[in-house]
Amino acid sequence: MIKIAGLSRTFQGKSGTVEALRGIDLDVGNGEFLAVIGRSGCGKSTLLRIIAGLIRPSQGEVLVGGEPVGRPRRDVAMVFQRPALLPWRSVRNNVLLPVEIFRWQRSQHREHAERLLEMTGLSGFADRLPHELSGGMQQRVSLCRALIQRPKVLLMDEPFSALDALTREELAVELQRIHMELGTTVVFVTHSIQEAVLLADRVAVLSARPGRLRRLVGIDIPRPRSFGHNAHLEDVAAASAELHQLLLSDHMPEPSAAP
Amino acid sequence: MTDKTTDAGLRRLWVNAGLPALGALLALALWWLVTIVFSIDPFWLPAPPDVVDAFQRLSGHLAEQTGVTLIETIVGFAIGAIGGAAVAVLFAASRTIERMTMPLIAAVNAVPKAALAPLLIVWIGLNTQAKIVMVVLLCFFPVLVSTMAGLTSVPNDLRELAHSLSSSWWQTFLKVRLTWALPQVFVGLKVASSLAIIGAVIGELTNPDRGLGSVVVSSSQSADTPLAFAALTLLAIMGAGLFYLVAALERILVPWARAISS
Repeated sequence: MIKIAGLSRTFQGKSGTVEALRGIDLDVGNGEFLAVIGRSGCGKSTLLRIIAGLIRPSQGEVLVGGEPVGRPRRDVAMVFQRPALLPWRSVRNNVLLPVEIFRWQRSQHREHAERLLEMTGLSGFADRLPHELSGGMQQRVSLCRALIQRPKVLLMDEPFSALDALTREELAVELQRIHMELGTTVVFVTHSIQEAVLLADRVAVLSARPGRLRRLVGIDIPRPRSFGHNAHLEDVAAASAELHQLLLSDHMPEPSAAP
Repeated sequence: MTDKTTDAGLRRLWVNAGLPALGALLALALWWLVTIVFSIDPFWLPAPPDVVDAFQRLSGHLAEQTGVTLIETIVGFAIGAIGGAAVAVLFAASRTIERMTMPLIAAVNAVPKAALAPLLIVWIGLNTQAKIVMVVLLCFFPVLVSTMAGLTSVPNDLRELAHSLSSSWWQTFLKVRLTWALPQVFVGLKVASSLAIIGAVIGELTNPDRGLGSVVVSSSQSADTPLAFAALTLLAIMGAGLFYLVAALERILVPWARAISS
């Protein structure tokens, strides 16, 4: 579904050139859940934004569904770290925002919106304003807004990192259920090993500055997975330990590269 | 349950209406007390009954002049506000135009408007239009600046969302930026609502033919201080009324703003 070849990206900053990504080669299969993990500043958000068509690569290219990505596409949806909801729109109208922007028929997508709200447990809140909802519920709304596009690829940029620990786990389990139900290809950027192990088929570990693909770790634990006690505690522990090792042994950024 | 809600309603009424009224009454009482205790001549500081008396003596005249000032104020405020907001939208659309004209507008705005009043009479004449133009001059800039600030204050996550949906400039403008700017626009409108009255009075002091400003001028010429106080009271009520009208409109149009800012 996604093919990334020889991808590099540098930024021109005030203090000189910053190399965010270097030579990334990566394929994401149809329906696969890929987690991208790395220290802060390793360029994982940049990678996601290049796949989304929000940023151009300096070198190399990204193909989604066989076509090179030049700008944002309607079958690729994005969920951000913050819910980014319009505060004056009801939950339902926030979910329908992409429909309006794409100039689709609103009436044909209303039912879909209701189904998504039901799937995320928000049925009773369709007419509420975002500020009346908790942070976790707001992030669910933004997930619905992404899914209304019926995306082939769902790109998620640390979507749970602004939430409290319990809500994060709850939403991660819910995301797993939704992914199992819809089979959408997901690229999920996170710095949480726990989330990566719960959700991903494979985990791409990036090294810091410049971001390079350090290792691809396959997580072969049967779904549905869960936090806490389950039948695969050993596998979970092994995968977590491996990811820990990879992240901790990562070289600190060279002094010259720091801004 | 119903008792509790009526209790809460009464308390809110007391806080929102009762306390301000009490404060005003106390201020009035203090003013009255001062005039009695120091037995001040009404020529220097009239007591509240002197002002009430002036209202009664010339109620028809005062009502007519209030109407004149009110119309100048509201017409000028409306033109200035719409103009300021429209120019802000133009600036948001074109950075080139903004860079070319904004410094010029800021420089013109820095000129004390009262000093322009005689010139306006030369250019426009001894008429109501000159006074309305003065009001427009005072209202335009705060609305322009606040609308520009609002339009450029859209948070990054909403910008990126619009970008990721390939939203066109107009779509982003209408669906995101304009509504997002409204709370800030209202800040400018509230400032302009007070300036509008000042503008009308500056115009009327320069050309005192009609309006409450001219009542102040003529009352000082005839040493009728209570009448001047009556005119000032009407101006204060008008100013406060306009301000709270704008505030009420804000509550109706952007109810969400208070929720997200607190």
